[in-house]
Amino acid sequence: MRLEPIANPGLARSLGYPAIALLATIVIASLLAALAGANPLFTLGLIVKGAVGSKFALLETLNRATPLIFTGLAIAVAFRAKLWNIGAEAQLYAGAIVTVILGTSALSGLGGAALPIIALGAMVAGALILLGPVLLKTRFGVDEVVTTLLLNFIMLLLVSYLLEGPMKDPMGMGWPKSAPLDKALRLPRIATGLRLHWGFGLALLAAFLLWFVQVRTTLGFEMRAVGLNPQAARFAGIPVNRVLVKTALLSGGLAALAGFSEVAGLKGHLSLDLSPGFGYTGIIVAMLAVLHPLGVVVTAIFVAGIFVGADSMSRAAGVPTYIADMLLATALLLMVLAIGLTRFRVVRG
Amino acid sequence: MSLQTSGAQEVVLRLVNITKRFGALTANDAISFDLHRGEVIALLGENGAGKTTLMNILFGQYTADEGRVEVFGKPLLPGNPRAALAAGLGMVHQHFTLADNLTVLENIQLGTVPLWRMALRRSAARARLAQLAADFGLCVAPDALVGSLTVGERQRVEILKALYRDARILILDEPTAVLTPQESDALFDTLRRAVGAGLSVIFISHKLHEVTALSSRVLVLRHGRLVGEVETCTTDRHALAQMMVGAEVTPPAVTPATPGPAILTLRDVCTRNQGAAPGLKSVFLALRPGQITGLAGVSGNGQSALSDLISGLIAPQSGALEMANLPATWSPRAAVAAGIARIPEDRHKTGSIADFSLTENAILETYAHAPFSRNGVMNWRAAEDHTRHLIATYDVRCPGPSGPIRQLSGGNMQKLILGRVLELSPKVILANQPVRGLDIGAITYVHNRLLAARDAGAAVLLISEDLDEIMGLSDVIHVISEGRLSPEFPRGELTAAQLGLWMAGQGFSHAA
Repeated sequence: MRLEPIANPGLARSLGYPAIALLATIVIASLLAALAGANPLFTLGLIVKGAVGSKFALLETLNRATPLIFTGLAIAVAFRAKLWNIGAEAQLYAGAIVTVILGTSALSGLGGAALPIIALGAMVAGALILLGPVLLKTRFGVDEVVTTLLLNFIMLLLVSYLLEGPMKDPMGMGWPKSAPLDKALRLPRIATGLRLHWGFGLALLAAFLLWFVQVRTTLGFEMRAVGLNPQAARFAGIPVNRVLVKTALLSGGLAALAGFSEVAGLKGHLSLDLSPGFGYTGIIVAMLAVLHPLGVVVTAIFVAGIFVGADSMSRAAGVPTYIADMLLATALLLMVLAIGLTRFRVVRG
Repeated sequence: MSLQTSGAQEVVLRLVNITKRFGALTANDAISFDLHRGEVIALLGENGAGKTTLMNILFGQYTADEGRVEVFGKPLLPGNPRAALAAGLGMVHQHFTLADNLTVLENIQLGTVPLWRMALRRSAARARLAQLAADFGLCVAPDALVGSLTVGERQRVEILKALYRDARILILDEPTAVLTPQESDALFDTLRRAVGAGLSVIFISHKLHEVTALSSRVLVLRHGRLVGEVETCTTDRHALAQMMVGAEVTPPAVTPATPGPAILTLRDVCTRNQGAAPGLKSVFLALRPGQITGLAGVSGNGQSALSDLISGLIAPQSGALEMANLPATWSPRAAVAAGIARIPEDRHKTGSIADFSLTENAILETYAHAPFSRNGVMNWRAAEDHTRHLIATYDVRCPGPSGPIRQLSGGNMQKLILGRVLELSPKVILANQPVRGLDIGAITYVHNRLLAARDAGAAVLLISEDLDEIMGLSDVIHVISEGRLSPEFPRGELTAAQLGLWMAGQGFSHAA
């Protein structure tokens, strides 16, 4: 069996295989639900209802999607330049730490006007976290998959230390969490009475800006060229290493905004459970979106919906929430296969 | 001189109506022919004519859509390389398939016995190898590491490998592309011996003089169809070229050059070795406007170091590269800014980005400047207009500027690259293997463009492994061997045989 590339996959092929993948995901999820002893259709129905079935559910899904959009964009921009940033989790926490430090400092005197400064500070922190691995890669050829992945654990331990020590909330009854942000420094709700904060708006803006950068700017052109063929890019005079560094700064900054938005928009403080793996789930989000910035928004909402829906289904139907992880893993694997099949034809012999 | 079939008309290989389609493209269209015992068939055709596809079908890498193959009267199981080997087919690929870190003997044994039995069978294998080497005049040290062998020796190992497996039919894909003229002659001697011993040979080439020297019959492929089958003794090169292209071929007319003072000078330049490829060793070179400087040499003798240096990819380790208005740091971008047009050796991997559109590839070197980019924002309309202009001016046959460049044929891709660099009115043109793998029409086009640029006052450095191209086009010729550069020879001063001696490393005063 061999794969032959297809020059111009038609519309039927481009949409057909992903549709089949989605259908197959549903079938497999149904089997899993049946295995757990529940009625498959009922279970899946509960997931959909829990994700988008009511205004409350929908807003909850969008809230959950917000950090995933940021980390998804961070992964998408890096992967597009073939910079394998597996460390969005660390960059998210770096953003969160800086948000708390600045948000509990004298800056709070500025009120809401301090928010852009804090966001910027968070981005710088995230960017710096990724700067080390990318410099090790461009200078010494150190594999960034290893360095960025391991930095995640280092960062978690650092957060753990900070929450037990210097940043521990004196009023926190001994819980390992930081002091809360000043009320004036919380990201406002998009509309009064709605549980959706402006972090979501910021995420949409970031997605649009990143899309613009990729298709319309010189930097975007350079990033795509470096990702597709670094040898040709270097030959043509594109400063490959400099582009990789810029990409890393952008990627780290975007991931850090997830931390900023979670702290300033949702939680109000830093704790060790700030991110249930948003940095890793961002990889799924970005891959499902074929690294397209606007696609990331869609897939982030999809992935968030499955998590939120599975939570609510689990309460109602007694099927473990693990089904959400299984569903996503299945969806990702099948979607990657489907994307492969839209570009290649399997030939026997 | 051609080899006559010694009256033996036994058919050893028969292809019947072989057809292979890739989508809308018919790579092989109902091809039928017979190969007789003790015969050399030359398979001639332009790039993309379907030669390699046909050989891949023979060797089981592809399965034909229609038709069948018979070896020694028995049908060959399609799509099975193992069956092809067992039936007595031996293939010598253009790119060798040897393990550098194993010895000659180990390479030859590899795949013939299970790994754990290799050591046990070694003495038997050694004896058999010595016998084969003596029979066919293929002398190679059995215990030498393949990595330490020259290209010519590696090819001998490939042939021995096929013979060791009892190949009765040898298929050689462009075997002389990497050889000096002397090495090619030695190869031809070996093949003559093989034929004398009853083997049959299919020889794939686009070099007409080799085809006429070696084969008894020539098959010409064009656009996947067998368009001609002639006895070699009844034809000549001109007729073959015409048959291959399907039209009258006129080589470019070369007029004497009127060179000016040197514009780019290398003074005592050394560069680092790049892995197995040697760096430059104390190279002096002067490129003059209005002159084509040809660089002959066997591949892997420092051509890439010289090309990388002038392209801006590497800087001299010692010595100096001198050119007017040279920026402080030497880089590809600096080379472009200094007015050097670079046509890279590998247009697929280095010269273009396969998944980028024609437009994106057309501005790859100039994207950062107006009108293509202002304040960091791209102007795609300007880029596309520019690309349309290149497509029209350089006769690039393509569906349009927005499709990916990988859909273009090699010739059209090269024309776009040519346009990309020539539109900048360069002072120096570095053309590294500019016509490798192109069809004759595209070759003529590229050569004419280079000559026109020369006449317009550009200094051209033409790097090629094809002596005919070097001797036909260059005003002056250097030979490179193990990183050393020969003195400059005016056109017509040296014969191909003399150049061959320089290419083999003779005549250089100082050791590397």
